[in-house]
This record gives sequence, structure tokens and C-alpha cells, in this order.
Amino acid sequence: MTVTTSSSTPRIKRMQKIVILGATSGIALEVQRRLALQECELLLVARSPERLAALQSDLMARGAKQVLTCAAHLASIPHHAGIFDFVRRSFPDFDTVLLAYGTMQDQKDSEDSVDALLNELNVNFVSATALLTLFAADLEQRRTGCLAAITSVAGDRGRRSNYVYGSAKGALSLFLQGLRSRLHPAGVRVITIKPGPVQTPMTDHLPNSAHFADPEQVARDIMRALERRSPDVLYTPRIWRYVMTAVGQIPEGIFKRLSF
Amino acid sequence: MSGQTAATLRKKPATLQPTKRILSWGRYPKTAHQHVHRPAWNDQVPDILKAAAPGSLLPYGLGRSYGDSCLNDGRQLIDCRRLNRILGFDESTGMLSCESGVSLSDILDVFLPKGWFLPVTPGTRFVTVGGAIANDVHGKNHHCAGTFGAHVRQIGLHRSNDGLVVCNAEENPDMLRATIGGLGLTGVTASADIQLKRVRGSWIDAESIPFHSLKSFLDLSRESDGRFEYTVAWLDCFAGRNARGIFFRGNHSAESGKIIRSKGGPKVPFALPSWLLNRYTVKAFNTAYYRAHAARQSTSVVPYDSFFYPLDSLRQWNLLYGKNGFLQYQCVIPESNFEAFEELLDLIAHSGMGSCLGVLKQFGSAPPAGMLSFPRAGLTLALDFAMRGDRTLQLLRSFDRIVLESGGALYPAKDARMSPALFEASFPQWRSFVPFIDPKMSSSFWRRVTEAQAQ
Repeated sequence: MTVTTSSSTPRIKRMQKIVILGATSGIALEVQRRLALQECELLLVARSPERLAALQSDLMARGAKQVLTCAAHLASIPHHAGIFDFVRRSFPDFDTVLLAYGTMQDQKDSEDSVDALLNELNVNFVSATALLTLFAADLEQRRTGCLAAITSVAGDRGRRSNYVYGSAKGALSLFLQGLRSRLHPAGVRVITIKPGPVQTPMTDHLPNSAHFADPEQVARDIMRALERRSPDVLYTPRIWRYVMTAVGQIPEGIFKRLSF
Repeated sequence: MSGQTAATLRKKPATLQPTKRILSWGRYPKTAHQHVHRPAWNDQVPDILKAAAPGSLLPYGLGRSYGDSCLNDGRQLIDCRRLNRILGFDESTGMLSCESGVSLSDILDVFLPKGWFLPVTPGTRFVTVGGAIANDVHGKNHHCAGTFGAHVRQIGLHRSNDGLVVCNAEENPDMLRATIGGLGLTGVTASADIQLKRVRGSWIDAESIPFHSLKSFLDLSRESDGRFEYTVAWLDCFAGRNARGIFFRGNHSAESGKIIRSKGGPKVPFALPSWLLNRYTVKAFNTAYYRAHAARQSTSVVPYDSFFYPLDSLRQWNLLYGKNGFLQYQCVIPESNFEAFEELLDLIAHSGMGSCLGVLKQFGSAPPAGMLSFPRAGLTLALDFAMRGDRTLQLLRSFDRIVLESGGALYPAKDARMSPALFEASFPQWRSFVPFIDPKMSSSFWRRVTEAQAQ
């Protein structure tokens, strides 16, 4: 087990090589711009080669030191070995992984169709844990780095209108909690990012989406969490930490009657 | 919450809901759009075009057009702000290729540190490249650089009927000329190639000189044209034909200095009561502003953003005019019609309704880059008027008469009320533009100024 840090003490090491899983998601786009400004090296994974090419030129122009791309279907578990292999070969000393993909279907679809339900759980939870497990083993072995994944405040409590998405994201939060504990002795950070509703293509169809949080603000918070040693669980915008604490206090007997 | 955007373009014509109110910069007229599409990728645009009804769409950027040229009341908009990627840059030639939603502010942030500047910039940095092309915007260097469109080498255009069309000097040159200044009606700009300009740094050698008559303004302007890349004047609109104002001129400084990054200034939080800007407060402001500059004819080295974008330092300044919004009046009058210009200034002063932000500039005589480009040789004046109902509209109509008689023109990007007749007089060639309009596109402005005549 060799530690390949360049020199001196590995106190708060600046992140330099970041793998983004779901690089074309609304929040990832904003985070990547900030990483480019800091002259980081990036490896972007997403489905569409055309979109990845546009991102690559954009981030290079904005200051990224290097941008590698890997076109693959993240939600499809058979593809994972290929993705991981590509990362290990072309980006072997990555120090940060940000998992940013997800899907939010109409809840009604999942109520009417088991296929839709399983798809929602598979994309948001099962496939995410499969990928994280691969990357976790690598970082654990190298005893360095940081794993971050975007879940959701919707995972903190099951709601009538959104419990399928919520349960997948909530399960992912639990998974990350356990993973954090497992990787702690190896010095690997695990960050759970719980955004409130954000103005991204994923939420455009929701009522009131104009009042959702600005993705730039969310990206700013994520950057801060990635750069510092805390918190382990990031609520963004910050008000959601307090909102969800309050929501958590509502007795189930009352909560089940609420229609949101 | 994140999104796998590949799966985001939902087909949902059944559930179209009225979206958050989108207004133009003048916040007049008040419109309601049926739906606003927000594509995040160029590959999503063709489906939007295909699914739309004829005449139902209009691309929208940062909404800095003042009137209704960026609006499509009762119909749909395509918000292009998420199409904001830089697609390529040639470090040796300064040729930039980018998507239409990239803002000029973004270009400055990324490329000024590398020694490249915008070939032409309007008075705000918060416009998109697509908007700058669609309105063929001009700036303080019009007399030597022409309009923004003159520096656009190529445009990739999404058209509803023939897909992605490449327009440059060799391929589809007419479509290029139609799209420059084409008010977004020719299609959705997918990408644009723009020639940036090399500069030494981010500083401007600036001079400000007070003047006391229109004649002395013209003398100053003529004298400066050869020596200064940038010229513009601020005008006290309460002075009438004995115009007083401050002439600003500048060149890029040879001093490289440190690079300045733009920072957000204070912000007007909400629409202020409209009585705050009345003839007394505005008059007081104008006098104070004049005195402050007139006291010293100054030469100084200033940061580029305070020279080009003084108004950007107060974010959402349009809210100063209250909830009814305001109208901007920008006309150009041929120089030979000096008297008409004086008459106009008298009328403005007499009305007592003008604002703090009178801007005067002598355009150069470069041929227009687009079919419907506004800038042409002459004197241009831009002035704000708080929207006070009929009184304001009547006043502006009295200006129209002078502009019409003097052979002048009004600027569509600033307009919310010009008559079809004045549009016809300003752009007599507009009928030859019509064949280039994408059948799926229309705008509130276009319907207002042409529909009566098309029949």
C-alpha cells in the first residue's frame, strides 16, 4: 500500500483532479465552471458525446488544465466496469469524485407502472451505489481523496407527491453515511450533498420552478464543501438544514395528512 | 437534486402553464407568455422548433431590449441563456466561437485576462451574443468599428424548415445579413464566430470635456473621431437647444496594469415608487452631475468597466422607474438636419419629463452589417421616460413627427410604441427581409409594426 502524495504533509490538499459522473446535469455544469476557473483537471462522464465535446471546449477556454471525456450510460450497470477502467487508465491519480446524475420522473408514472418505479430507483440509487463502490475501493486503497454525491432534501422524509424519488435519494444518503464511516479510517472524505429544489432542466416542469434556488449558489456551496473539511452533510441553500429539521419534528400522524 | 439532462426535454404540450412573468428591460409593455422553453443544449432546439405552431416562437436572451422586440405576448419564448458554452478560441487570431447564450460579460471575464476585448460593446455587459447579433448593437466606437455584426464572421442558425444552416460570407451570405439585426426572427442562433480585438490591458485612457452647445459637441466629436476609438456624450435634457453636457472619449491604455475582475455592485431590490424620479429630483441630479464633471476637464486612466458600463454598477436600475416601467427613445437624425435635432431638444426640455440618462453620439458612416441595422450616419440620441400613461405616449409621438420629417429612424431594440408608418420610414427595406423570417418565429414588436401593412 503506497501513498503517492507529492511532498510534505497531506493536510488540506487542494483538489486537482476531479471525476464528474453526470457532467451534463444542471448542477454539475455550474460546479465544473468553478473547477475550471481554479485550473483543475477534469474527467467528465455523461451519455452524449456531442454535449461532452461542447463542455470540453468550454471548460478548456475557461481555464481547466485538462478535460478528458468519457461517453457512457451511467445508469446502466454493465457499463460501469468500462467507465471505471477508463478512469483508472487515463486519470489514475484522481483525488475527487462527484456523482451528480439523477432523474426525477413524474411520481404518477411510478405509481402506475412498476417498470417506471424500478427505473427511478435504479438510476438514482442502485446504479449510484454500484459506481460509488468501485471508486471507494480505489480511494480507500490509496488512502486519499474525497467522494461526493448529490442526493436531495426530498430523501429526508417521504412525501405524498414525491416519495419514489425521495426514497431513492434517501437510501443513497444512508448508503453514503455508512460509506463515510467505512472510509474514515483510510482518510477518505465522503460528502452528502442535499440540495433543496434547484432551477435546472430536471425541475423546469414543476410548478413554481421560477422560485427554486439558483444553481450558481448551489455550486458555490458545493465548492466550499469540497475544499474544506466540513460539513459531511451539506444542505444547500443552507436554510434547508433548518427547514428539514423542522419538518422532521412533525409527528407522523399529522404528516401523513399533509398533501405536499 | 441533479438532473441527467439527456432525459430532460419533456414533451408536454398538454401541460403548458403560464410561466413566470418575463418582461423586457423597460418593464413596459406587460406581457404574459404561454410558455418559455429552456433548452440546455443545442441538440434540443430542433425538436422545439418542430413542435411549434407557425409564428409562435421567439428566442430570448438576457432581456435587455427595452421594449417589445424581445417579447412574444400570448405565445412562446425560447430562453437561450443555458446555451452558454464557449466552443473554441484561436489564441493567434482572436477568433471566438460560442453558443448564443454566452454573455458579453462572460467573454470579458474569460478573454480580457488573455489580452482580448470585444470588438464592439453596448452600454451594458449583460447581453447575450445572440441578442447582440439580433439587434446589431453599437457602442462608443461606432465611428471606427461599425456595429457588433460587422465582426461576426459566421453564424450557425437553427431553422425550423431546413435544420442547422451555416451562414458566412461564402455560404448563405444573405441569411447572415438578415440574421444580423434580424430581431431573432430568422431562427435560433446555435453558434457564432466573433473576431475579438487585441488589447494591452483592461484600462482606458479617458478624457471628459464639458460642452455648452450642440455646435461645440459636433466640433468635439469631429475633432475626436480620428484620435479616439471611443466617443460618447452625456446630455442634460433640461437645457434645450443650448445643450450642455459632458463629452467622454478614450482609448485603450498602453498601461497593462493588473486585470480587473468585474464585481457585482449594489442592487435595486424592488420597483421603487415612481414619484421618486420626478422633474425636480432629475433636474437636481443632472445639475449635480454636470457640475461634478464640468469642474474639471479631466484626463485619467480608468478601469474599462467604469468607462463602458457605468450603469451596470447599479444592478436592476430599471426598477428605479417604478412598477409601470419606462420607455426609452433612441433616434438617429441625419446631420444635415441639424435644426430638426435642435427642435427635438427643445421639445424634450419643454416637456420636463426627460431623465438623467441622456446619451448623445455621432455615428460613423460605415455601411450597415445587417439588413435591418439601425445605426447610420447622423446624430443619435437616447433618453428614458418614465411610463406615465397617455401623457408619455403623446409626448413621444410628438418626437416621432420630427424624426419622420427629418428622415431619421427609431431603434427597434429600444421601442415599445412606434407606429407602423415610422417603422416603414426607418426601415423602408423591411419587405425584402420578410422572406428570411423563419415561419415559426414572430414577436410582439414585429406584429405591431408590420401586421397592419402586410395585409
